[in-house]
Amino acid sequence: MGKVMLEVNELTTKYITRFNEDVYAVDHVSLKVEEGKSLGIAGESGCGKSTLALSLMGYYFSPLHYTSGEIIIDGQNITGMNPDAVRKSILGNEIAYIPQAAMNALNPTQKIINFIEDVVQAHDPKVSKKEIYELARERFEVLGLPKEVLQRYPVELSGGMKQRTVIATSVILEPKILIADEPSSALDVTSQKMVIKMLRYMMEKGYVKAMIFITHELPLLYNVTDDIMVMYAGQIVEKGSAQQTVFDPIHPYAKGLMGSIIVPESGLKDSKLTAIPGTPPNLKKPPEGCRFAERCKYVTPECKRFPVDMKYVEGNRSYRCIFSEEHLRKAYQNG
Amino acid sequence: MAEKKSCLKGVGLTKVFGLGRNKNTAVDHVDFDFSEGEIVSIVGESGSGKTTLAKMLLGLISTTEGEIYFQGKKRDIRSQRAKKEYWTNIQAIFQDPFSSYNIFNKIDSLFLDCINMRGGKNLPYEKKVEMMTEACSFVNLKFAELTNKYPFELSGGQMQRLMIARIFLLKPKILLADEPTSMIDACSRATILDMLLKLRNDTGMTIIFITHDIGLAYFVSDKVFIMEHGKFVESGTADEVILRPKEAYTKRLLNDVPKIHEEWDLSTVDIKNQ
Ligand SMILES: Nc1ncnc2c1ncn2[C@@H]1O[C@H](COP(=O)(O)OP(=O)(O)O)[C@@H](O)[C@H]1O
Ligand SMILES: Nc1ncnc2c1ncn2[C@@H]1O[C@H](COP(=O)(O)OP(=O)(O)O)[C@@H](O)[C@H]1O
Ligand SMILES: [Mg+2]
Ligand SMILES: [Mg+2]
Repeated sequence: MGKVMLEVNELTTKYITRFNEDVYAVDHVSLKVEEGKSLGIAGESGCGKSTLALSLMGYYFSPLHYTSGEIIIDGQNITGMNPDAVRKSILGNEIAYIPQAAMNALNPTQKIINFIEDVVQAHDPKVSKKEIYELARERFEVLGLPKEVLQRYPVELSGGMKQRTVIATSVILEPKILIADEPSSALDVTSQKMVIKMLRYMMEKGYVKAMIFITHELPLLYNVTDDIMVMYAGQIVEKGSAQQTVFDPIHPYAKGLMGSIIVPESGLKDSKLTAIPGTPPNLKKPPEGCRFAERCKYVTPECKRFPVDMKYVEGNRSYRCIFSEEHLRKAYQNG
Repeated sequence: MAEKKSCLKGVGLTKVFGLGRNKNTAVDHVDFDFSEGEIVSIVGESGSGKTTLAKMLLGLISTTEGEIYFQGKKRDIRSQRAKKEYWTNIQAIFQDPFSSYNIFNKIDSLFLDCINMRGGKNLPYEKKVEMMTEACSFVNLKFAELTNKYPFELSGGQMQRLMIARIFLLKPKILLADEPTSMIDACSRATILDMLLKLRNDTGMTIIFITHDIGLAYFVSDKVFIMEHGKFVESGTADEVILRPKEAYTKRLLNDVPKIHEEWDLSTVDIKNQ
């Protein structure tokens, strides 16, 4: 087993809305990412993927609040660290986050190089502009971005180029962990491929030691990550290798997701897609028992009675359902 | 096999934006003949001209060159009246289901408008409710739970399904769906595609499905047209184009999509060289 770069134990966080209502967006999430590995997070929109990403950086600001659990980055327990300290000594150099649609959030009146200066100086104000330029130029060159990009404004760059710029900048301080939240969703397929190749290359080069990749696009996740975690209504419902999770899911929700994969391969036209009926529960008032019960084809009254724990099964996998693996597989066979 | 009737045909359709140095040929002499009851996909990367073509077909923008034939007759929508008449035959759904709808209108009034447009203005209210209920159940939504709701209370997927329910009430000859699933997460996509298939099977509607996702196109359509820089570079049955592509461009598009049974070859792009 490789060195553990990120370990999260039973992390629970919530939003407190203006009306003082709690939104339980991350509920008892545990995960581990080893050096050189990437973990994928899949799930419908609104299931808490982005909130989990924010939560596991330990950087809490209203309306997001920490409730319980711990976060350990490369052996350092950052649980309970104050936000200023997190911003100074964790964000960017221990763990970096590329938010959803980051490329569209670039300041339009700021040149790329000035954006990079801000990122570096937020961490260490003493670094000179000249040093930053040299570092950026070298890094951009290795990652296949022309150095001219540094002097450009965001509007002068194509979508793919902007996204690669954002990614290159996010690893400028060589963080241990990179979290990429839907990094290629807005791009054409060719630019997407370029982004993925660049992320891989950054891992190979050691600019990042481990990666968390968030997307609802399963074929992409399957091709990019070693392990996949499926989230539903703030909880992890299944965790395993990418291969296992895509081709042999255990949890009924994971099963449904995998059955809705659409890829241009022979056989697709004759296959029947599984659509999951209904919508996820309101996280202000999540169900007492299994959170998926309302939409589950295999539901029994028992499912709704108590909160369901993760079950650990053979092959380093886990899932959250009261039924045994065998029972579920039989149910799937019978349709 | 019975001869298929032409539903929408284009000859040398062209759209040029701008003048002189700023001239941009967004759609460049495209030809096609879509038959009644067919689902055809138009696939291309962003900027390839798909939406511009859609707008010409809908009569929302003028054509620079070329002709459009609807049911074998040359389309003439110069008068407002002819345009209105044409729009009972062709309707559209767009990428952002919230954009084509006044968010301050409640959902039942959206449906009532459709019924009125189809000449149902004087029907008794109970009959209208019956029609609205049927339309909602067509897209697996419950009308009783939707009345009195505002669109912003719904998810993107639910809203897009409502847009399909609207089409079900309007029953145009042609539905033009421009990237209807690109703002919707992968797992609700399957639902939307299933509904489009059902719409065609139940009503015989011709559906023009516009997408940048070649997998979706393959799943849903009978015929596929690949668009690059305003031109159709390859077309044929879905199996021909997707499983046996001839053009390099089509091959590249296919190659760049991540798959699950076939290897995703990353070597075709070079981050160091472009
Ligand atoms: N600022 C916020 N205040 C209150 N609730 C929020 C806020 N941001 C997100 N949420 C809620 O938290 C849940 C998870 O959202 P999110 O993490 O964005 O999901 P995902 O990234 O999987 O789409 C959703 O129910 C969403 O409505
Ligand atoms: N109203 C317009 N004025 C000028 N150029 C336009 C206009 N609409 C689209 N274009 C241009 O036409 C080309 C095709 O755009 P579009 O039809 O939107 O492509 P797609 O839908 O395939 O992404 C692009 O180069 C775009 O910039
Ligand atoms: Mg998100
Ligand atoms: Mg478009």
